[in-house]
Amino acid sequence: MSDSLSAAPSATGDAHADDHHGHYGVPGYDPIASRMGMWLFLFTELLLFGALFIAFAAYLSKYPTYFAEGSGSLNVPVGAFNTVVLLTSSLTMALAIAALQRGDKNLSIKMLNATVLFAGVFCVIKAFEWGAKIEMGIYPGSATLAAMDQGKQAFYNMYYTMTGFHALHVIIGAGLILWVKKRTLDDRVNPKRLVLMENIGLYWHLVDLVWIFLFPLYYLIA
Amino acid sequence: MSANDHAHEHEVHITPYKVYIGVWAALIVLTGVTVGAALVDMKQMTIFVALFIACAKSLLVILYFMHIAYESRVFWWFLISAFGAYIVFVVLTFADYAFR
Repeated sequence: MSDSLSAAPSATGDAHADDHHGHYGVPGYDPIASRMGMWLFLFTELLLFGALFIAFAAYLSKYPTYFAEGSGSLNVPVGAFNTVVLLTSSLTMALAIAALQRGDKNLSIKMLNATVLFAGVFCVIKAFEWGAKIEMGIYPGSATLAAMDQGKQAFYNMYYTMTGFHALHVIIGAGLILWVKKRTLDDRVNPKRLVLMENIGLYWHLVDLVWIFLFPLYYLIA
Repeated sequence: MSANDHAHEHEVHITPYKVYIGVWAALIVLTGVTVGAALVDMKQMTIFVALFIACAKSLLVILYFMHIAYESRVFWWFLISAFGAYIVFVVLTFADYAFR
């Protein structure tokens, strides 16, 4: 391993200049180290959402019937549809990277556009879901919620906190994808130097991972 | 160190489009399975079945979409350490919560 990590830019790098393996020929570019740094950041995200999942589990074990009731008030088809939207956005993100690796910038940009579109669809659907609950007077700090049993309050407060944090990540992720799209369009991200897109992809898949757990835990425990 | 590891670190692994589409299809099917399983009354087991399927889906995302299947071994140890630490947090928190 040490030989590859210490591989310096050299004359042999030029021989690779036209294929996809030429990253050692770019001074200061170390995609493995970059991805490692991204993974370290993702582990801090695991702590953020992980702590929330622990809190969720604790409340669930304390108020199982209220959580089942609360879960029953969420719309399963809508949640399932949003799951499909987010999973598909993960596919288009992965395809954007795969396309750029093959030098297909046009397809890569299309896939990035599709990913942002799906992110938007997800947020709009989530906003309607929240909107329906807010119309019923159920939101953190509302008088209606305060009048409910403690278990119900715990459920809805956790619901808003966790889906809220998740939606925030979706919005940040969509912004990052737009940013990397701009850099891809002006070739600062290109087939030989695409770790920025890979790292933003990793972030996007993390957002997907969190939702993979949020969906069954909130929508399907009735 | 095997020649295989060596290759992993020097080359950019280009995954066929088909693999991604296959993984996506599997994720969609598993989402259907989760929803279907929730309709079956399994009492206390419901949440564990849901978590098991969610873990399977996560594994697919991590291995293929996040490329861990093709990364060097260092990344495997990264993940194992991080998830190991998280499991410790969960166990210690619940040991405290359950027995106080």
